[in-house]
Amino acid sequence: MAEAHAHAHGHDHGAHAHHPTGWRRWAYSTNHKDIGTMYIVLAFVASLVGVAFSMMLRAELAYPGMQLIHDQQFYNVLVTAHGLIMVFFVVMPSLIGGFGNWFVPLMIGTPDMAFPRMNNISFWLTLVGLCLVATSTLVGTGAGTGWTVYPPLSNAVFHPGMAVDFAILSLHVAGAASILGAINFITTIFNMRAPGMTFHRMPLFVWAILVTAFLLLLALPVLAGALTMLLTDRNFGTSFFAPQGGGDPIFWQHLFWFFGHPEVYIMIIPAFGIISQVVSTFSKKPVFGYLGMAYAMVAIGFIGFVVWAHHMFTVGFNVETRAYFVIAHFHYVLSVAAVFAIFTGMYYWLPKMCGRMYDERLGQWQFWITFVGVNVLFFPQHFLGLAGMPRRIADYPDAYAGWNLVSSVGAAITLVGTLLFIYLLYRTLTAGERAPANPWGEGATTLEWTVESPAPFHTHEILPNITTQPAE
Amino acid sequence: MTKSRWILFCLVLVGTATFGLDALAASTGAPVPWQMYFRDAATPVMQDIVDFHNLILWIEVAIVLLVLGLMLWIIVKFNAKANPVPTRTTHNTALEIAWTVVPVLILLVIAVPSMKLLFFMDKAKNPAMTLKVVSHQWYWSYEYPDHDGFTFDSNLVPEDQLKPGQLRLLEVDNRVVLPADTEIRLVLTSDDVIHNWAVPSFGVKMDTVPGRLNEAWVKIDSKNIGTYYGQCSELCGVNHAFMPIAVDVVSKQDFQAWVEQARKKFAKADEPLKVVDAGTR
Repeated sequence: MAEAHAHAHGHDHGAHAHHPTGWRRWAYSTNHKDIGTMYIVLAFVASLVGVAFSMMLRAELAYPGMQLIHDQQFYNVLVTAHGLIMVFFVVMPSLIGGFGNWFVPLMIGTPDMAFPRMNNISFWLTLVGLCLVATSTLVGTGAGTGWTVYPPLSNAVFHPGMAVDFAILSLHVAGAASILGAINFITTIFNMRAPGMTFHRMPLFVWAILVTAFLLLLALPVLAGALTMLLTDRNFGTSFFAPQGGGDPIFWQHLFWFFGHPEVYIMIIPAFGIISQVVSTFSKKPVFGYLGMAYAMVAIGFIGFVVWAHHMFTVGFNVETRAYFVIAHFHYVLSVAAVFAIFTGMYYWLPKMCGRMYDERLGQWQFWITFVGVNVLFFPQHFLGLAGMPRRIADYPDAYAGWNLVSSVGAAITLVGTLLFIYLLYRTLTAGERAPANPWGEGATTLEWTVESPAPFHTHEILPNITTQPAE
Repeated sequence: MTKSRWILFCLVLVGTATFGLDALAASTGAPVPWQMYFRDAATPVMQDIVDFHNLILWIEVAIVLLVLGLMLWIIVKFNAKANPVPTRTTHNTALEIAWTVVPVLILLVIAVPSMKLLFFMDKAKNPAMTLKVVSHQWYWSYEYPDHDGFTFDSNLVPEDQLKPGQLRLLEVDNRVVLPADTEIRLVLTSDDVIHNWAVPSFGVKMDTVPGRLNEAWVKIDSKNIGTYYGQCSELCGVNHAFMPIAVDVVSKQDFQAWVEQARKKFAKADEPLKVVDAGTR
């Protein structure tokens, strides 16, 4: 213990990777790379659960009638858990907690995050959140409210039992983790950039994480407030959202979407950052219109806070399709755009994170199979929506059978692609070729490629000075 | 193996496209197999929604083709073999202003008809009658306040009681009946949780919220007389998938006849309630 303590303060030992070993290294970790790795592992485990749930949904929907899932409430529970897990425990932890933790300090040339211990708390709270949402599916009849948790359906009259309380607590805890993480990123990026790393020289991925952190910091407290009100409505007799007591269910929707729309950008802006880095690296030139891209992300962040009402058109200020079309639409944005960016980030940074190269041929196969899969899966859902199929139904009128079967076939193809990715990861970690410090050549100009692969436990202990380098 | 998968996929694609063309031509108040597009519009609101959708769709197609064309151009002309030394160009002020301003203009082109449509959908200008829609877990009830206020419930016909030709999960025991050529105001609310009264052919998809009255309107031309189907479109609990909507649109004369009949039929169901009412007064 004393030894571990000494090593924790052993920065003056130089680049030697002195660190606690065994479970202590991870449980007590204050190292941005180890915490980033843990976030990625958490997102990976959560994605297995989230994907399994979606496969159960698509299997049930492959044919009209109820074949596999005989309990409607169970179907609704799967819908809810799939949404919550994918949003809060797959996309966010991998993009922000995972890649953000790993590469923001490396890219701006600082040894670690500003608040390493708070970083540790952020991760473990996220894990607690994941456990709570898993618990909510197992308690009583589960939370069949959808990820939007609209009252009155989510109140104590229509969802008695503790399942919804567990879901609320899960979001509370995961939200607190994200707020702490956001504070950490903002402080780190504002104060700990290496000499010469001006804002206008920061890699676009760092810009993306900075904008995302501000969105998290401003949006999540609103969600937390709404969740607290729902919790007291359910348990302590308040009626914030109950018309019988003078409340209003629409109040919840305003609060939820004030968080919910920025949340969409929270999930996609880091993806913009990753794609910008990758395009720049492999076209061997700086990003065209760098400043325009940086300020576009900032502008998207601002606009994201004033357009929440468009999620509520059917509430009373009207409009067209909230049918299966919406499912198709947001899965294109999230499942196709954000998740493909996560894959991209994994391929791009895997050599830096694990020190081994992946098999390019397997990677190409994985891309094409998944690409075909998601399009067969989600494109027909546009047709179902236009034809009038509602969301969140376990059984549908027989006319919708055709496209639902095509969609479910697409899900199966996507599953093949996903399993191939797992195999590719396994192959890379066990038998991948050793990666050089910079496997991508002259186009990879950001600072993470100046340290060896895998990145040593401590990096940038002598701050890089980039004042002489040209702006990106 | 993988090659045959590709061939199979292409076959499926061609097959579905062929089916799709058939489906594009199909038109009823109910969905049809392999349908790829809206049901036919039965109200002015839905007609405007379809037109607006088509406007946006063409703009989208143009943008997709432009981006795809640019990407293909880059892939062919600027790949590592064709262009081994990449340019260091990182700015072109005119180009950057253009691709900021043009999208703003496109958004304005979309925003104007979008707002017009929103206001057009909002309220009936001069309604001749009102239909009140109340949602319950898990059925609808309808009330005709301008016709002595008779009311009835509309429940799903379970699968084992379907008559030949009736649509599974869409047919109800008591269809709601509306007159053609009449501007009808819909007033919607809920008895328990939030539901959503959605009939695609009418362009109506309106949340029913407990403690609130929402409004929508329909006007159906007599050439569109027929039966229109819809489903609850807001997750409302266990039987969310099993509370459909079926609307018979009939001529004004037939509507009057139906009202006479319905008054008697549904008055009976209300009788015990009225006796209790009178007693307490």
